[in-house]
Amino acid sequence: MRDVSLRGTKLTKTYNRRNVFAQIDFEMSGTQSWAIVGRNGSGKSTLVKIIAGLLSATSGDVVLTVDGKSIRRDDQYHYIGFVSPYLQLYEEFTAHENLALFSRLRGGSLDADRVDALLRRITLHQRKDDLVRTFSSGMKQRLKYAFALLHEPPVLILDEPTTNLDAEGIELVYDIIAEQRTRGIAIIASNDKEDTERCDALIDLNAARTPDSRRPA
Amino acid sequence: MISAAAVRTIVLKEFQSELRTRYALNALLMFVVTTLSIVLFSVGSENVSTDVLSGILWIIIFFSSMSGLSRTFVSEEERGTTMTLQLLAPPLVVFFGKLVFNIVLLFILNVVAIGLYMLLIGGFAVKSYGIFCLTIGLGTIGLASASTLIAAIISKANTKGTLYPVLSFPIMLPLLLTVITATRRSVEGAVFSEAIGEFQVLFSYIVVMLAVSYIVFDYIWRD
Repeated sequence: MRDVSLRGTKLTKTYNRRNVFAQIDFEMSGTQSWAIVGRNGSGKSTLVKIIAGLLSATSGDVVLTVDGKSIRRDDQYHYIGFVSPYLQLYEEFTAHENLALFSRLRGGSLDADRVDALLRRITLHQRKDDLVRTFSSGMKQRLKYAFALLHEPPVLILDEPTTNLDAEGIELVYDIIAEQRTRGIAIIASNDKEDTERCDALIDLNAARTPDSRRPA
Repeated sequence: MISAAAVRTIVLKEFQSELRTRYALNALLMFVVTTLSIVLFSVGSENVSTDVLSGILWIIIFFSSMSGLSRTFVSEEERGTTMTLQLLAPPLVVFFGKLVFNIVLLFILNVVAIGLYMLLIGGFAVKSYGIFCLTIGLGTIGLASASTLIAAIISKANTKGTLYPVLSFPIMLPLLLTVITATRRSVEGAVFSEAIGEFQVLFSYIVVMLAVSYIVFDYIWRD
């Protein structure tokens, strides 16, 4: 297991002179799982995008450290897995082609066994040669989990993790979160209590501007 | 550090995607055919000067490329896959992958456009093939470099369609004027040394566009 930590300092995001959130601080490390909660428009998705390096904060910093080494923003994609309803995969490619492309882009070579194992796990192995555009929204959401887990990231960020999923899919997500807690950090942005109740700590964007730690690290 | 293997993967992904969606290819080829037909009907049997014919050739290439080359980034934005790419590769790998794809696409377009132009427009006969080929080569790379960067900028805007040619024209004007002059020289049968000045300008233009892209693309791509 890799030694990983993620520290956010005085994170503020402003859109058109409106503060989405201000002065958010957190320090995640080891095998913690964190929930980010808040009403609609409170900035949950904005915050997870900033943590993932997809968006710049107006002020403040996020520092990802792996094995004692601070990771540059350009290299963070090696260490972060991300799932959200607004993330889209290539619909003109098959499920297998998508994963093969992601595997090659991230690591330079195709790990066929890993791709097959993930497709089986998300129960899309039988449909692996079908174009993604023929998938239901739930199947696409499952495929996003394969996308996020392909490189076994030490940080897994899930925004509305159970959106579009059936009961079996939701169980799969909880299994993935439990597994991630043995490997590294899991961050879950959701308003669904069932999604967040398993987390160790909380960032509540409604009230406190600093995290309320339920369990000391 | 830019990984050549990752750049190649982006290029292959672009080609595979293009062959399945025909986002850019159809737009480019239809534009070439349409504009060539209009030029053919307008010129008719008139005896048009080489100056004008060289200009018309690059007008066709410029506007055809405007109709198709922006798709590389616009299609990612429209399909919502920009974020997916951001989670897979560093910005410069994406930029150079898309640049190589645009260069190859524009080269194919130019071969078709020039072939049809030479076949259909009677007064356009190249005499100095060395000057002509180098002009087309450098012009293609210059046009693709500028259009790839501009495509990345406009893909974030709301008025993508209108903004692209408006923003492209002033940026590409020095390139267009130079390639038109060099093409005219090739039709007039000039010796290679007479076109050295144009090649220096084209080469410098490419270097400047690539340097600017290298510096600013990260900011454009992220937010």
